[in-house]
Amino acid sequence: MKVLTLNFLTCAVKSCKSSSDSFPLHPKDAELASDDVEVNPQLLINLLPRLDWKALKTTSTELGFPQLPDSPPTIEDLQSDEKLLKDLHSLLMETNLMEGKLVCGVCGHEYAVREGIPNFLLPSHLV
Amino acid sequence: MEYLIRFSQSHETFRLPEIQALAVLEGIEMEVVSYSLDSPFCIIRLPSPSPPSLTTTTSLARKLIRRSILAMSIHELWGHGPSLSTLHATIQSTTSHLWPQYLQSSFKFTLDSYQGSRSSPQKVSIINSFSYLGFLGPIKMRNPDEEFILHEDWIFNSTPLGIPEPKYLYFSRYLGSGMRDLPKKLDLKKRRYISTTSMDAELALITANIALAAPGKIFYDPFCGTGSFPIAVAEFGAVAFGSDIDGRSIRGDEKKKTLKGNFEQYGLLGRLGGTFTADLTNSPIRKQPLGAPGGDGNRDGVKGRVFDGIVCDPPYGVREGLMVLGVRDPEKTPWVERKGREMYKQADFIPPRKPYGFLAMLDDILQFAAQTLVDNGRVAFWMPTANDEEQEMPVPSHPYLETLSVSTQVFNKWSRRLICYRRIPDKDVDPAAVKAREEENKPTGKTADELNPFRKAYFEGFQTPPATGTSTPGTPTTTTQTPPPN
Repeated sequence: MKVLTLNFLTCAVKSCKSSSDSFPLHPKDAELASDDVEVNPQLLINLLPRLDWKALKTTSTELGFPQLPDSPPTIEDLQSDEKLLKDLHSLLMETNLMEGKLVCGVCGHEYAVREGIPNFLLPSHLV
Repeated sequence: MEYLIRFSQSHETFRLPEIQALAVLEGIEMEVVSYSLDSPFCIIRLPSPSPPSLTTTTSLARKLIRRSILAMSIHELWGHGPSLSTLHATIQSTTSHLWPQYLQSSFKFTLDSYQGSRSSPQKVSIINSFSYLGFLGPIKMRNPDEEFILHEDWIFNSTPLGIPEPKYLYFSRYLGSGMRDLPKKLDLKKRRYISTTSMDAELALITANIALAAPGKIFYDPFCGTGSFPIAVAEFGAVAFGSDIDGRSIRGDEKKKTLKGNFEQYGLLGRLGGTFTADLTNSPIRKQPLGAPGGDGNRDGVKGRVFDGIVCDPPYGVREGLMVLGVRDPEKTPWVERKGREMYKQADFIPPRKPYGFLAMLDDILQFAAQTLVDNGRVAFWMPTANDEEQEMPVPSHPYLETLSVSTQVFNKWSRRLICYRRIPDKDVDPAAVKAREEENKPTGKTADELNPFRKAYFEGFQTPPATGTSTPGTPTTTTQTPPPN
């Protein structure tokens, strides 16, 4: 699962959805892997306005990457700064979460990640 | 200028939605001049640029069709008519200004006879009847500069019926081809890992086209199974996400036969965004509440609305059970939930599931799409229906989604439809429709049959029900007497 995915996922428990602390989920005991993926500037430019930058910053720090700036780059920044584009590409598209857990900041539920596939199924008392 | 699209005569009701979607994708204003489900020939008009330039329009025509699965080729249309003599007259009176530019080109003539055939001597004499074009270049059967084609539309069964002439003819210059061969690349027979309900490669690719999958976009399939749709959208350049309530379908044998392995087989790994085990009714995907103030994308907290497209083939409850998380009857089986409370943290715990209503699920898909698609993003999904008119299931609707196309693949007693919708920007949503939706009653029930009228009809063999009034009092109302609400 690419790190990008973490920017779209929150706790599956309905009562957690109303709280902003349920997003992003926090990786725990994370094992990462890196894939070689061709840079797609068009994709990153399309994604930029849809990314929750604050959450991405949290995820990136929690996974041990260098700190991201407080505010997102602009589309012009991405178009003119090749290194910035590459770094963002590397974080979002090339880094994969392979093993570990994703933890909700509200209920503490831990979603196991196995072979890059997290499991968001809930027991009946939580649905 | 008018152009001729030569379609494949298969999946007829998908052809126009596909080519219209490709026109939207390429930003081409296409006007359909003549089209019929019974014919593989379709005439379209493309806008003339100003100043008029034939090369620009020609490249538009090639662009329009380059990704099409159901269109075989596109042609510059020089003339058409009900007989060869009227065709010649049209070509001579309207296209003589085009001839000089091909005077010295190498060329070949081809006869494209649909539902008919000609003997070799006949072919030669027909081709020779075009000699007034006066081309001087060499005739090359392989890779000529230009290919001129006489398309003949014969009536069905013309050879045994002894019909001597086609009912209609078109004469064209070949411009470009679609992607009729792409389904072979993704053929299920050669795919590493499939399951009983994997979607046929051709239809998956058509679905991806209709939903406008393209480079730089992100797509999601909430019922991904072994990944037929994620593969199809990735083949067209999109980054694909997928989830399934059954994690085993994604993991496969955890070696080569996995969803990821399929992406690997086709060299598409870079476009596999992520897969996860999840239930659409308890989805971990962030959703933007509908009607929220400033709901166009930048509200504090949830930004939501991330997908360019959602494509799926949800379980119909016939071959594949229709389940969501939960317990069917919590009062009867209190121990199931109790056990869940004690055991759910263990790695091998399998959460209980209960049957779910097909129509409720379709409605959930639409609601989910409305909450997660970007403006003008598309959702395309498959749903089954009975062929019998009385048992037909209505096309579901949603105030935030505009129905764009409904295409049908017909089987013996039932059909499945591909329905495509567009996410309407919030400001264009009709408030009256939103209110009507809130007041609707949702269907209830517990067993698979109660919840799923299609499943019930399927296992009853799609029998036409007795006329209203003959059913004994007390029997449950059948689907056919009260069509389920949308």
